[in-house]
Amino acid sequence: MSATNTTEKPVLLRQQKRKHPKRTPYTIFRAIMLVMIVVIFIGPLLWMLLSSFKTNVDIQNTSKAFIFDPILENYRAVLGDGGYFQFVFNSLWIGVSSTVISLIIGVPAAFAMSRFSMHKSALVVLMARIIPGISLLVPWFYVFANLGWVGSYGVMILSHMFILIPVSTYLMMSFFDSLPRELEEASLVDGLTHIGAFFRILLPLSVPGIATAGILSFIFSWNNFMFALVLTGADTKTLPVAVFNFVSYASIDWGAIMAATVVMTLPIIVISLFLQKYIVSGLTAGATKG
Amino acid sequence: MIFVALLLVFPLGWTLYLSFTNAQGSVRSPFDFIGFENYISVLSDTERFWPAAARTGIFTFGAVALELIAGMGIALLLRRSFRGQKWVRVSMLLPFVATPVAVAMMWRLILEPNIGFANQLLSWFGIPAQPWLSSPDTSLLTLLLVDVWEFTPMVAIILLAGLTSLSEEPDEAARIDGASAWQRFWYVTLPLVRPVVIVAVVLRAIDALKTFDLLYVTKGQGGGSFHEAETLNVYVYGLSFQYNNFGVASAVLILFFLMILAVMWLLTSRKKESAA
Repeated sequence: MSATNTTEKPVLLRQQKRKHPKRTPYTIFRAIMLVMIVVIFIGPLLWMLLSSFKTNVDIQNTSKAFIFDPILENYRAVLGDGGYFQFVFNSLWIGVSSTVISLIIGVPAAFAMSRFSMHKSALVVLMARIIPGISLLVPWFYVFANLGWVGSYGVMILSHMFILIPVSTYLMMSFFDSLPRELEEASLVDGLTHIGAFFRILLPLSVPGIATAGILSFIFSWNNFMFALVLTGADTKTLPVAVFNFVSYASIDWGAIMAATVVMTLPIIVISLFLQKYIVSGLTAGATKG
Repeated sequence: MIFVALLLVFPLGWTLYLSFTNAQGSVRSPFDFIGFENYISVLSDTERFWPAAARTGIFTFGAVALELIAGMGIALLLRRSFRGQKWVRVSMLLPFVATPVAVAMMWRLILEPNIGFANQLLSWFGIPAQPWLSSPDTSLLTLLLVDVWEFTPMVAIILLAGLTSLSEEPDEAARIDGASAWQRFWYVTLPLVRPVVIVAVVLRAIDALKTFDLLYVTKGQGGGSFHEAETLNVYVYGLSFQYNNFGVASAVLILFFLMILAVMWLLTSRKKESAA
């Protein structure tokens, strides 16, 4: 007991020290800068949220920037009619299915590349990131239009997979590289096949990696605009296209648009708040290794 | 693997093939092989192609440079842990995970010259109202700043990951040797995080070159009525899906792709140089 007490004490002291930093000019400067940074990056998003609760008259009235009577009319207008739920469903369906299929293909592919030292093929994956989306879109549009498929869910899912498979393969590859080979060798010695080792040992261990790849893939699919603009029909429109089309009509209903953008952005923001660890690890996966 | 290759090789090959043809109109209409004609007409087009290429270059270079400087500043501020650091990090995640179309819409409202909050804010400081996106002269610069808002946090987070993986010893040694904060950053920290900086620049440059959502949503087809915000990507989109001029569009795409490759090659060759 006494031993644990003595080891705990310095830790406590250190924590206390951290809680009361010296108020040097630098720490004050830093605090001010940090507050400014948060305001700059969050402010516009809050403005979007505020505007979605305003009437169009209040939006135009700059003296009612922060004090106004909040209303729910915009949300009622957006969610009540206009088939917005259909667009939410489209985005969800396309996002989830393209993510799942990409993972099913990408994870084993990444494992193979990582373990059988096919790192050259990583270059191909990188190329996929470099190629402008349109240069994929034009040829596929040609093919799909000739087949009469444009406007179906399948085409959208397929087109998102073009991007998601390379991304998830790349992420998973750097994840598998970080898992020690010995694990697998041990399981091979114990009588598992390569495939058995993959399913029973590595797959359970790579849940964090898969989560990262899955979340980033889903966010990408949800946010994608260009592919959806070309490849969706009236029934399969995704949220970004639906929001974009709000504007094409004569007058701009800012309140409704802001409500629609909030509905579109909220899921992503919620995901980021709870799963930020995975997003950051996905972003920095390639970076810190150089 | 074959699937991935198929996904890449087929479209690229097809694009290359189309770029030598006069394909246009309906996707079913027949087309002929016309050799380099598309390339010649594109490369001699000083009205749309070259200005678009220049805008792409200005936009990418300006955005990436500003994002790198601001991102590095933020990463250095966040380097040492403090109370509430987690919240600062989360708040920095939001601009670049939020749907680009939503971001573009949001800025359209904020930057609206008459009802937007941006001019309201400026008026509090006694600065006259700016036309922002409504004037051809300021559009591209405004969009560049929006891009900086959107992606500086991403650069900062990548750089922060690089900074936290460094050991503090070289920095401390330099401090003992009497180096100033600036000297410690410039001669000690920066060379050590250089590989990470290059990764961040490469990633951002690729995406900035390909920016589409922001430009298309704020300025519409053709980058506004004077094409003031038309980059190569927006130009190709217009050629392909408004004018259905697939042959010319493919030629521009191939040129665009070569440009991207050239930029990548420049950046990565410098990486090798620094390693040697």
